Formats: sequence, structure tokens, C-alpha cells
Amino acid sequence: MSAAVPQTKTRVLNLVQAVNEALDLALERDPRVLLFGEDVGKMGGVFRASDGLQPKYGEHRVFDTPLAESGIIGYGIGLALAGMRPVAEIQFAGFLYPALDQILSHLGRYRHRTRGRYSIPMVIRAPYGGGVHTPEQHADSPEAVLCHVPGAKVVIPSSPERAKGLLLAAIEDPDPVFFLEAIKLYRGVKAEVPEGYYTLPIGKARVVREGDAASLFCYGGMVEVCQKAAEVAAREGVELEVVDLETLTPLDTETVVESVKKTGRAVVVYEAMRTGGFGAEVAARIAEEAMDSLEAPIVRVAGWDAPYPPFSAVEHHYRPDARRVLEAVRKVLTH
Amino acid sequence: MDTVRYLQDDGTPLGELPFSAEELLSGYRALRRARHFDERALVLQRQGKLGVYPPFRGQEAAQVGVALALEKTDWLVPSYRETAAVLTHGLPLASTILYWRANPGGWRFPEGVRILPFYIPIATQIPQAVGVAQAGKYHGENWVAAAFIGDGGTSEGDFHEGLNFASVFGAPVLFVVQNNGWAISVPTEKQMKVRSVATRAQGYGIPGVVVDGNDLVAVWKAARDAVERARRGEGPTLLEALTYRIAPHTSSDDPGRYRTEEQTELWKQKDPVMRMRRCLEHLGLWDEEREKALVDELEAELLAAVEEADRSPEPEPWSIVEDVFAEMNADQKAAWDYLHGGAR
Repeated sequence: MSAAVPQTKTRVLNLVQAVNEALDLALERDPRVLLFGEDVGKMGGVFRASDGLQPKYGEHRVFDTPLAESGIIGYGIGLALAGMRPVAEIQFAGFLYPALDQILSHLGRYRHRTRGRYSIPMVIRAPYGGGVHTPEQHADSPEAVLCHVPGAKVVIPSSPERAKGLLLAAIEDPDPVFFLEAIKLYRGVKAEVPEGYYTLPIGKARVVREGDAASLFCYGGMVEVCQKAAEVAAREGVELEVVDLETLTPLDTETVVESVKKTGRAVVVYEAMRTGGFGAEVAARIAEEAMDSLEAPIVRVAGWDAPYPPFSAVEHHYRPDARRVLEAVRKVLTH
Repeated sequence: MDTVRYLQDDGTPLGELPFSAEELLSGYRALRRARHFDERALVLQRQGKLGVYPPFRGQEAAQVGVALALEKTDWLVPSYRETAAVLTHGLPLASTILYWRANPGGWRFPEGVRILPFYIPIATQIPQAVGVAQAGKYHGENWVAAAFIGDGGTSEGDFHEGLNFASVFGAPVLFVVQNNGWAISVPTEKQMKVRSVATRAQGYGIPGVVVDGNDLVAVWKAARDAVERARRGEGPTLLEALTYRIAPHTSSDDPGRYRTEEQTELWKQKDPVMRMRRCLEHLGLWDEEREKALVDELEAELLAAVEEADRSPEPEPWSIVEDVFAEMNADQKAAWDYLHGGAR
């Protein structure tokens, strides 16, 4: 599988359109694929990710469920156990919490528990993250919790063309995959997206901007923030490297370490609460495997140690922006 | 709600039985086989040949009756106490022993056996069983799923979510609540204020049936009706089997801390295995000689299974990180190498 998107005919799509197209192609390709969740069927999802798919594939393949997240995940696990390819939508990642027993006790354990007799080839999609003035809980970024689930993968795309190929790879994957989609990017980014079916590799990070002064490690909604910071820095002659992790588990440690060996400085950016966040794992791996290359301490830029504020007026003070990323860059450059 | 019964407490049939003599004999055999396993399992546990084991003494009929109502192509979804049910639905004895020995040789149930692993987290099996049941519709297979839970488990959210999903989707599933009086130390009356779990079925718009869980004929018949109903496409049923956990919660439990033996003694008088045996004797189908021959046969089968289980190798340290994903990732590979090296 190539890490690059195919060089075929493209159209400009936003991220939610790219997700919709991937779901459409998956349903068309594999009759075992089922799409379900709250408001997924008739309405096409609150963000329209499944728009038009129920009329096209029928109510037996694209359907609404009762409003119960543990039921949705448990139901999906059962379908997967018996040979289906469920793709469940949890309306917001912050609504995953009622399903944590199903997720932590079963989703990623079944293959291990049965020594390979059963696996759970299930995809759980959920919008996550802030920046669009949502009510409480709708802006949560619980990826660190999901990365602590043994036997499950966590993928977070940062652009439409990557989202399409990664989602198709997730649906093909023989193991459970969490696929988190940054709400800010749903309609906030547009890109040329190749037509037709293609997959992109899960488990590979990607250097989206090369530089030698310092490395910025990020994913999902923070990639555009880091790119913006890198553009500003470039105007002052400082070339920052931006690494989009794309898959959090399994993490592509090799690409991370290579980048640090090149730049000697690392800033890890994530919008979840700082303490116990996934950035801590990235920092730990850098410390374990590239300590000798470091010219400065690793710095994290993250959400504060507080719930994500459902107050539009100050929301932008919680979610990292280019200014805060550049403050961290200054810190690692002047150490 | 009336309780379905076919046998009096002493085993005398209340009327004509809905099974042939041949069926009744095979049913008793399954029941006696489960009892034999359970008795021997506790001995094996004390000998260090099993790990923590949850005995099911007193609940044999409630489990075996449901399993007898299933076809081999149907799915059985057990909680941790359903060893009697899984033995009846076709899990080999040696696999069962290895499972409770915590040997991975018993974790992978044989191909063709449609039994999910014993569920430890309470009630989580309920929504999953609905998914398993529904999957048959997509495969064009007419299978049914039977999921087990205890009275305590019905307090969990997943029980309610699962029943609601099953009802809304019209899933071919049978929910079996073994009301055995106890959730470890908490009695049923502290668990719920409804008189019967089965009445809760009304809340989901599905049928609820109460059955004498120590009456094999009654459980078997009620389960068979529910399975046929599901197979006809008429949706789920909630079956409550009234029974009693004669034994401790597990081999590590001390019931003396929370209950007296008086109630247990009362239930021992309604022992499901003895009751079915008396029924067969009443019908002239059984006697002491046949009983002895059966027990000898069961003991031989069990000894052979223990020997087979004993031949299964102990797990290697590196097997800890195997079968986590279809393919090991770099972190697991590193752990595998470490564990492999450490063992040398």
C-alpha cells in the first residue's frame, strides 16, 4: 500500500464529503459492511456523513439505532463476531463514555481472548475536538482513552484525501479501528480528492512539511494549526518540520525518531487535556529513543487541565493555536 | 405471572409431558453429565488443576433445558456460570477444563461450535447477542441466539439497552435470566422491586415467561417455544428461570458471611437432577442400575478429558503479546523478542 494518494482524477471535497464518499464505496464493495448509529439512517447523520446512503443501500444496511451508545457498540461487536463489517457512528466522541465497558472489556480483547478464533473488524467513527462553538461534551478529544485500549487502532486524519483512503483502510482492517474526525475540519478544509476506491496505510506517520529547526508532532485538527505556525516561522527564516502522526496506535515511532534526529528539537501539539494526553506518549518515546539527539527539552502544547470550555468567547484560549505553538518553538530554539 | 411447570417438586409429572421418552432420556443424560462435571470440577480446583471456578449446582436444569432447545447452528452466549449450558451445546470437556484452568488451549473454542467465550463483565453479552442474532439475517441463515444472565445482571444498563435493541430490531434472540436468588451476597429483593424479572419484558414490548428453573421439562419446553418463535421471525423473548444457587458464588466465596443454610436446604429438596431422575423412574424409564451405568460412563469420559487437558502445554511467556492484532506491531514485536529472550 502506498503512503501517497493515487494520481488519478480528482475533485475538490471537504472532509465530511470525503468520509461520505468512502462510506459509499465501502458499502458498494462489501455486502458485509453495515452503517449505523444515532440519526445515521434517514437523516444521514448530524454532520451528513451518511447523507444519501440509506436510500441507496436500504434500511437493512444503513440504519438508525436507539439512542444508547453502549448498545450501539455492543450490537456492532455482535455483528462483527458473526461475520459482518460494522461501521458505527458515535455522534460525538464525547458520547463514547457510556460505551466504555464494551470498548475496554471486549472490543480489542476478543482476538486475544479466543486466541484468534474471533476478531472484531469494526470501525467506530466519531467527530471530535473543538473550534466550532459546540455545547459541553461535544468538543471532547478522548483519543488518549482510546489509545489505552489493547487490541484497537486509533486513526485521526487531517485532510479530506487522507480521510477517504484511511477510512477505507480502517473498514478493510481485520481489527477494530477508532476513526476520529475533527469537527473543525469537516467543512473547514477542502482538497483535491481522487475518485474511486483507494486505501492509505494505517500505522504510518507522514512528514507534511520538511524543516531542520524543530519538529512539530500533531494530528487531526492540530495539523493545520502547526502548518500555519510553520508558515509564520518560515517568514523569519526558521524552517519547522511538521509531522502528521495520522495513526496514534500503532504509532510510527520510526518516523517520529527520524525527525527528531534531524532537528534535535520536538514540540508535541494536541488539543486534548494536557495531563495524560497522547502527546505525553509521543514525548516519552522521543525521550526513550532519541535522547542523544535532543538539543532542548520536549515541550507540549495542549488543552489546559480543565474540561473543554463550552463558552464560545474564550474557547480559543483552550484549543492550541499557531501563536501558542510558536511560543513553544521559541522555547525549544532558545534553550 | 404464572410459572410454567411440568414436574412436581418430587418429580411426579403434573400431566402429559411434551417430549418423547427418548428425548426425556437424552435430556436427563445431559443434566446428569453437567452435574458430574460440576462435582468433579470442584475437586480438580482443590487439587490445583482448575483456577477460580464458578459452580452451578442447583442451576443445571435452567441451563441444560435452554441448550437442549437450540440447534447446533444456533449461538449460545454464556455468562461465567453457564458451564452446564456450554457442555450441552457442544463444548468439549477438555476445552472446558482448559478454559477454567486458565490455559490458552481452552480459550480458542473449536471450529463449528457456536459458543461465545464465558462473559465476565456483567450484562455486556446482552447487546452483543442481539448483534450475533441479527447477523444471521444478512447471511441468509435462520439462526437464533440464546444469551444468559443472572438476576443481578439485570440491573446493568447493557441489559436494558440490549433488550430494547432486540425489540426494536425484532431480533431472533432468547434472553435467559437465571434468577438464582443471589448476586454474590446481595439477595434479589435488594436488587429490584419488581416481583419478577419477566414482567420487565412488558417495558420492551416483548413476551416475558416465568418458568420453574429446576424443572428440566418446563425450561426445555419454554425455551423451545421461544426459539421457535424467534425462528419464525416473531422476535425476542425474555425467559426467567426461577432457581437457586446451592453452591458458593465461586470456589473462592464463603456464603456463610451472607446467608444461612436453611434456605439452601429447602432448595436442595427441589434439586433439578434428582427431580428429573424421579420423573424418569415414575415413567418407568430409569432405575438404579441405569443410573450407575451412566455415572460410570460419565466418569470415564471425564477422566479421558482430564488426561487430554493435561497434555496441553503450558502457555509460553511470549504468547502474552500474540493474537492482539492480526499482525504484531513494532511494540508487540519488541515485547515478543524480550519475552522470548528472557525465557531462554
